[in-house]
Amino acid sequence: MWIYEKKLQYPVRVSTCNPKLAKYLIEQYGGADGELAAALRYLNQRYSIPDKVIGLLTDIGTEELAHLEMIATMVYKLTKDATPEQLKEAGIAPHYVDHDRALFYHNAAGVPFTATYIQAKGDPIADLYEDIAAEEKARATYQWIINMSDDPDLNDGLRFLREREIIHSQRFREAVEILKEERDRKKFF
Amino acid sequence: MFTTRKQYMPYVSPFDPCPPIHVKTYVTAPNLYAGFQPPNLPQFSLHEALKKGTLWKIFYDPYYGPYEVNNKGDGL
Ligand SMILES: [Fe+2]
Repeated sequence: MWIYEKKLQYPVRVSTCNPKLAKYLIEQYGGADGELAAALRYLNQRYSIPDKVIGLLTDIGTEELAHLEMIATMVYKLTKDATPEQLKEAGIAPHYVDHDRALFYHNAAGVPFTATYIQAKGDPIADLYEDIAAEEKARATYQWIINMSDDPDLNDGLRFLREREIIHSQRFREAVEILKEERDRKKFF
Repeated sequence: MFTTRKQYMPYVSPFDPCPPIHVKTYVTAPNLYAGFQPPNLPQFSLHEALKKGTLWKIFYDPYYGPYEVNNKGDGL
C-alpha cells in the first residue's frame, strides 16, 4: 500500500518554452533506463529476494515513481502551450498526431515502452547487479540530457534526479555487500 | 588530486571527417569508491540535503551542462 503526498519530491521549474527538451526528456519517462522501468523493476524484484533487502527495493522503487512524476511535470510544462507549429519544429509532430499533447510511455525516438526493458532473474546477486547497472545508466542519461539542455531551471531538477541515481547505486552496492555476508570477516580468497 | 572526472585520449586519424575531440571525459561517481558506507560521515544541513539530493557530503557530485554558467568542464 502507498500513501500519496500531493507534492513533487523536488520542485520542477522550466524557464523556456522549448518542446525539443520534452522530446529528450521522454527518454527518462518511457525509455529503457527511465523512471518507469526503474520503478517496475525494483518493485517486482521484491518478492524473490532475501528479506534483508526487500525494504531497500520498496523504498527505491517508490522513489522512482516520485521521479516519474517529476519527469512528467517537466514534459507537460514544456509542451502544454506549444503550438502545433512549434511541436513540428521540435520534431514531435508524430507524437502530436497520435497523442495531441498527452504524455505517453515511449523513448526519445518514439519507441513504446516494453516490459523487456526490465529483468527479474530470481537470482539475488544477478538482480542487484542489474539494478546497479540500471542506476548508472540512468545517471549517464541525465548527463546526456543536461548536455543537450540550455535551460538552467530544468537542469537544476535534472541534477537533483541524477544525484539520486548516485545514491541508489550506492545503496544497491551495499545490498550486495549485505547478501555476501562476509563483510566483517577478515577473509581473503 | 582526486577527481570524479576521468580522461582518455582516443586515437585520431588524419582522415577523420570531423575536427577531432582530443580528450574525452567520463564520470566515476563517488559511489564507486565508498564501499559499505561507514558510520558518522559528515552531513549537509537538512535544508541543503533536500536541495542537493543527498544528506552525505561524500556522495554529492553535481554535473553541469556546457551551456551553464556554473560549468565545471563537464559535457564537452
Ligand atoms: Fe534510481
